[in-house]
Amino acid sequence: MTSGVLSKIDLLVRQWHLRSLWLVTALGFAFIYMPIFILVFFSFNSSRFATTWKSFTFDWYLGLAQGGIDPRANLPNVIVWDALRNSLVVAVVTTIVATLLGTALAIALERFHWPGRSLIEALVFLPIIIPEITMAISLLVFFSIGFQLIENLTGIKLVLGVPTVIIGHITFSISFVVVTVRARLAELDPALEEAALDLGANEWQTLRKVTLPLIAPSIVSAALLAFTLSLDDFVITFFTNGVGGTTLPIFVHGMIKYSVTPAINAISTLMLLASLLLVVASSTMQTKQNQ
Amino acid sequence: MTIATRQRLTLAAFLIPATAWLILFFVIPLLIVLLYSFLQRGEYGGISWQWTIEHYQRLSRPVFLGIMGRSIWLGLVTTCFCLLLGYPMAYCIATAPPRWRNALLLLVVIPFWTNFLVRTYAWMVILRTEGLVNTALQSWQIIDAPLELLFTPFSVGLGLVYGYLPFMILPLYATIERLDRHLVEAAQDLGANDIFTFIRVILPLTTRGIIAGSLLVFIPAVGAFITPDILGGAKTLMIGNLIENQFLKVRNWPFGSALSMLLIAVILIPVMIYFRTTETRRS
Repeated sequence: MTSGVLSKIDLLVRQWHLRSLWLVTALGFAFIYMPIFILVFFSFNSSRFATTWKSFTFDWYLGLAQGGIDPRANLPNVIVWDALRNSLVVAVVTTIVATLLGTALAIALERFHWPGRSLIEALVFLPIIIPEITMAISLLVFFSIGFQLIENLTGIKLVLGVPTVIIGHITFSISFVVVTVRARLAELDPALEEAALDLGANEWQTLRKVTLPLIAPSIVSAALLAFTLSLDDFVITFFTNGVGGTTLPIFVHGMIKYSVTPAINAISTLMLLASLLLVVASSTMQTKQNQ
Repeated sequence: MTIATRQRLTLAAFLIPATAWLILFFVIPLLIVLLYSFLQRGEYGGISWQWTIEHYQRLSRPVFLGIMGRSIWLGLVTTCFCLLLGYPMAYCIATAPPRWRNALLLLVVIPFWTNFLVRTYAWMVILRTEGLVNTALQSWQIIDAPLELLFTPFSVGLGLVYGYLPFMILPLYATIERLDRHLVEAAQDLGANDIFTFIRVILPLTTRGIIAGSLLVFIPAVGAFITPDILGGAKTLMIGNLIENQFLKVRNWPFGSALSMLLIAVILIPVMIYFRTTETRRS
């Protein structure tokens, strides 16, 4: 009898605990998404100040499309289209090179046995944990010394720009590609490749006809990740872009530092939309991979 | 060509390009920064080839100690709040019905794919003097004058928690999901209440996730640059801002290099401890 009453109280308490747990979770998700919704909401506000709702407008988006955000903004001769083009060029080249190099390294680490592997593993791991700012300034120092050296030797004067940004982006993307592709390689059934070898295929044939098709979804995931990381990067770009290498995040940062207007909300909304498309693409890839 | 040679050539073809790239553009630049941190500052922002440890001695000045202390403190506070908020979230997602689980997990992952700068800027819209919070509080007549929310340690801490919360939730989710439910049920059947079960059973079994998540939050939070740059002011400088300042404004590259080396040391210590403990546990 008493134990029955107690367990009823226990159940109530447990239910209360569970509910408060879910309440915290709901609040956590609200915390994650509320600022984003507010940001998007005010991109359609006709008032210049993001405080009160005046009326619905597309003006901020139209202003962006014309390239000029605010003629007084301290972004000389750079319009948003240039920044967008730079961002896309950097992201596409980064994705191609980092995916190729990273996939090859993942295969070398997972499919071959050789001494000193753990050293290379550490080399892959370090760019992920080293603070971005440290990597950024080390690239800045490296390029400035390298360019000085080249100028002294050949007389050719090189400056920071899109190519240096690309080099920086490839450097931090390789590790993420290696980790993503390697995870898939590790869970692959080795019997499949052994069977191909037993049936007379050489290593190249096995790789091309068996291994690569099997890990293809993870290579696409890795490429999408590299693409996103490159598009989103601010810190590495900030230190390696020079004058001609303004990317979209650098452009947005310039706008934020100059003055806060709903035009920033508009450009942010478009960037969020682009990311969302990439997430959908990536999660579709993952579902395919699991099937 | 023997099979062994061919295999060796194949390995070289796969291994060398990425390794060479990382050595050239990652290892060598870091070594140059290490070298710079021991060289004297030259005129016009350059260096002069004289060895010195003055930059490391300069780190102990109160101004710089204060900034480093603030960075570590903000990193720790951020980690704590991410853990307090992230643990219940990870627990709920991991114990949710399977059909909900993936959707909830996707909701955690989406911020990871969206632009960090943009997400940080969102808080500027909310917190600034004429921002959403102040306008709302004033129109409800809770406050007379706008609160100073932006450009404070509070706004920087909030931005850091906001930015790095997903890094806490994901590893926690992974360990909680693998947790053997029967152990929790056994504890409950044996009469342990929820709090006792949590402290004595669930918590010890998910320590790995807690440590991994804490590292993943603490590391980028200590070295943060964008968040204090946008949500912080002159009074909330962190190491990241100081490094930027030395490289782009003051142009004291050797001192900036010494600061970067210090930042790496601050981050590598917990990482090394983590690997030591996980390795001993495995063996």
